[in-house]
Amino acid sequence: MLVNQFLFLAALLFCIGVYGVIARKNAVLVLMSIELILNAVNLNFIAFALRNGNADGHTFALYIIAIAAAEVGVGLAMVLLIFRNRKTISLDDLSEMKG
Amino acid sequence: MVAQNIGFAIIAAIMIVGALRVVTTSNVVHAALWLVVVLAGAAAQYILLAAEFLAVTQVLVYIGAVMVLFLFGTMLTRSRIGRDSGLNNSYAKLGIPVAVVLFATMTLALSESFGTEKLPTDGSIVTTQQISDQIFGTYLLPFWALSFVLLAAVIGAIVLARKD
Repeated sequence: MLVNQFLFLAALLFCIGVYGVIARKNAVLVLMSIELILNAVNLNFIAFALRNGNADGHTFALYIIAIAAAEVGVGLAMVLLIFRNRKTISLDDLSEMKG
Repeated sequence: MVAQNIGFAIIAAIMIVGALRVVTTSNVVHAALWLVVVLAGAAAQYILLAAEFLAVTQVLVYIGAVMVLFLFGTMLTRSRIGRDSGLNNSYAKLGIPVAVVLFATMTLALSESFGTEKLPTDGSIVTTQQISDQIFGTYLLPFWALSFVLLAAVIGAIVLARKD
């Protein structure tokens, strides 16, 4: 197995995730695209851990999984709050910051 | 070696199709279910990379907990269960060139840096004991910080989502 085949797969997943963040309007779907990006990063960490033969990558991949769980929890709570106040979770409608 | 490469190719193809469906489907629940496919594929890749503890954690935390959160989020925000045409921005097409250019750049950089370098086949396998030694030894401080982040996230989520 080449190192690059895993890195290419991770790069492709990352780019699909970036496309999702740009293209999607529904807040829940944007959070799902962010999960794709975080998984791409994890795949890179594990591939490099095997290449270098130490456990650092595994440790930080675990930390990323924990951070991702916290991020989804807070993110969905915020989406819920926005829905309760606005009756919509379309990110285009949140334009108060625009001058 | 050949068997591993065939396994990698099959899992990678499934993951890429799943990821594309996540960002293109017009049904929120289908997007969540395709995300399960991608996450399970990632767990399979971790096993291929000899990281079985990470694979089990991925299944437990992502497929178990995070997906339930997503489905609850879908239900509680009363997104339409079924087709919904209003999921994409008006400038959604702009994302395609951005993603393509980003991928081209990364492909160029990766193939120049790593070329045809092979993963070691006789390298030492990282055991779960080594990972726990790292978490409770070298990287104890990030672990503590992570505990506080999780605590803050749990309290924050409750404060944000409760009804007064």
